[in-house]
Amino acid sequence: MSDQRLTGAEIVLKSLADQGVEVIFGYPGGAVLPIYDALFKQNAIRHVLVRHEQAAVHAAEGYARSTGKVGVVLVTSGPGATNAVTGLTDALMDSIPVVCLTGQVATHLIGNDAFQECDTTGITRPCTKHNYLVKDVNLLARTLHEAFYVARSGRPGPVVIDIPKDVQFNQGVYVAPEQVVHRTYRPQTEPDMRRVEEAVELMARARRPIFYTGGGVINAGPRASELLRELVRLTGFPCTSTLMGLGAFPASDRQFLGMVGMHGTYESNLAMHGCDVMINIGARFDDRVTGKLSAFSPGSKKIHVDIDPSSINKSVRVDIPIVGDAAAVLEAMIAVWKKRNCKADKAALDAWWAQIGEWRARECLKFQQDMSPSAIIKPQYAIKRLAELTAGRDDVFITTEVGQHQMWAAQHIPFERPNHWMTSGGLGTMGYGLPAATGVQVAHPDALVVDVAGEASIMMNIQEIATLVQYQLPVKVFIVNNRWMGMVRQWQQLLHGERYSQSYSEALPDFVKLAEAFGAVGLRATELGQLDDVIGEMIETRRPVIVDVNVAENENCYPMIPGGAAHNEILLGGQHLTGEQSAPEEGMVLV
Amino acid sequence: MPPIEPIERHTISVLVDNEPGVLARVIGLFSGRGYNIESLTVAEVDTYGRRSRITIVTSGSRMIIEQIKAQLDRLVPVHKVLDLTDEGSFVERELALIKVAATGDKRIEALRIADIFRARAVDSTLESFVFEVTGSSEKLNAFIGLMAPLGLVDVSRTGVAAIARGKEGFLGEAILAGE
Ligand SMILES: Cc1ncc(C[n+]2csc(CCOP(=O)(O)OP(=O)(O)O)c2C)c(N)n1
Ligand SMILES: [Mg+2]
Repeated sequence: MSDQRLTGAEIVLKSLADQGVEVIFGYPGGAVLPIYDALFKQNAIRHVLVRHEQAAVHAAEGYARSTGKVGVVLVTSGPGATNAVTGLTDALMDSIPVVCLTGQVATHLIGNDAFQECDTTGITRPCTKHNYLVKDVNLLARTLHEAFYVARSGRPGPVVIDIPKDVQFNQGVYVAPEQVVHRTYRPQTEPDMRRVEEAVELMARARRPIFYTGGGVINAGPRASELLRELVRLTGFPCTSTLMGLGAFPASDRQFLGMVGMHGTYESNLAMHGCDVMINIGARFDDRVTGKLSAFSPGSKKIHVDIDPSSINKSVRVDIPIVGDAAAVLEAMIAVWKKRNCKADKAALDAWWAQIGEWRARECLKFQQDMSPSAIIKPQYAIKRLAELTAGRDDVFITTEVGQHQMWAAQHIPFERPNHWMTSGGLGTMGYGLPAATGVQVAHPDALVVDVAGEASIMMNIQEIATLVQYQLPVKVFIVNNRWMGMVRQWQQLLHGERYSQSYSEALPDFVKLAEAFGAVGLRATELGQLDDVIGEMIETRRPVIVDVNVAENENCYPMIPGGAAHNEILLGGQHLTGEQSAPEEGMVLV
Repeated sequence: MPPIEPIERHTISVLVDNEPGVLARVIGLFSGRGYNIESLTVAEVDTYGRRSRITIVTSGSRMIIEQIKAQLDRLVPVHKVLDLTDEGSFVERELALIKVAATGDKRIEALRIADIFRARAVDSTLESFVFEVTGSSEKLNAFIGLMAPLGLVDVSRTGVAAIARGKEGFLGEAILAGE
């Protein structure tokens, strides 16, 4: 079997099949034609043709995040590869496992500025976990198997394999995945038990503890979420989550405080600020979460569980670092807690919960909605109704674009289970949501997949409606249309003296007609009385739908911790700061 | 405000697979994250196993140094990372070739100083010398400084090579694999 000779293109497809790949997202071009030819001759792997290579990567991310598998992308050299760069960077920032195959000009032309040549490995080196240029067809299968291993192991991420066209034609030897052992890369997954013991000891003595959980719990697989639930219930501690971690712990649980960070809840941010023991599981002390570093949770001892040693002590110094897979560490913590018969300090914990209860009573997510049928719809209300009218189903997947609507979706949609929420967290990529939803729907054909969108963001990858129509993917694009780049407008209002420079959405298309032009369904709600019916019709329609919900134009997203402020300087709705004077000076330079 | 951490200078050894692009990855890491490189040397040290040793001299606060090591260790082709400065005592050497163009008294003075520094003349014309000098980076700096007024016209330095004292080897299996 090992002396069987195949062409490079055949080796690519066989490697993918042996890696369990069922579907790839891509776009053809001169430098990948041999692979497209081999694809044509087989049935094991499906190809989804996107309309822009950036969308291929986001679709692979949506596929990966909703299934736990590696997402696969195939694009051509030059412009195909450069178009993929935003998606690769997005996947790197959010630790999503993706393998991206790029075509390259023939080996003898590399470096000659050949047609559609670019230095793909050079360009993608800083935006991938790892990348390869394969110049020898006999190394192709090994490289592909290694790439899958690297993409999904440790802290997951995108891996690029650049394959010159002659290598795709040449004949070579295939090797199976089992025959490939990586020479250097062995991430640590099992924790140091002494550290776990120390951590549990600290937890048992805590008076004002909090679990701070992140995307690492989701990446560690569904079992990690189950173990998190067990540990949180066992201890009785409150639990908050980053944007990336939503769903790992059920939003409806009394012990959940909502999201933490710049637009997180009042109670979770104040609890993070005032806690005495912070248990970080799979989060990375991102600047959206910490706010002003020097004032971040000043009185707490910090436990940090992360699979990536470089995340530890990067921005926040911690007391007990634990390197390992979140599921393995959670399991170990539960075992130690039970073995030692630990009991939380009941009186202290009761007082802590009473304090949290006072913060909760502020009802920081509350907003005013005029309930008359002709009233203007508030954006929060539109999203809240979307959540309420789809509640009770366990097959609802939400993706988002980037902006206020994204934050309102995170605040107002209660996520009960992992892998059902896909948003661009680290990079904040407008244009992410629609292609990501495409990938989710490919993986879950019968599910209700909704992209909560802004009218500005959706224009960034609107061409992907054609992909939905071609493959009859019934994705719903739910546009919260406030006619502004709302998040930009909000910052300009609060921090730049209400000078609304270039943030109004001029010359918007008629989204209903646009949907129809693509062969999709277009719906619109302009006043409160229409909203529920439109959402109902959207849910019922088994075709791709664009819903244009016209909402109040000037609503701001609260709570908000302005850049450079501390958690306890959080602003609630109604408390307005205006004009640049009110912004903390060093905060102005922050994004 | 947390106290400002002092800046430390560290010499770090990195054992890597000698594959294309590995040096670009290391350099890209330093430039992309804004770390300092004072010196960087690289050469294959295990031809059988195709492994190279990179020696990096860098500086930063303790937190940054720890980040640098963790980030280096995270690169896929990296076998291991050793902070020689933290591990205890180590030997650090650099080689420089230094050209001095001078005649008369200056020429004689250059030769006298070269002798004190145990520098060897490896090329000589009636108007110039090329000296080869090895030692710590500080010694090389001192030698170059003294040559400056005597007709220094060219300098080429290798960067630092460093190795831990004592019997432990850094390459371990890598060298064994070659037998
Ligand atoms: C590709 C990209 N370009 C620019 C930005 C900066 N940005 C962040 S939010 C935003 C406005 C988004 O407007 P919209 O999609 O209408 O959402 P809204 O905030 O109004 O809900 C912009 C321009 C970004 N995040 N991504
Ligand atoms: Mg908008």
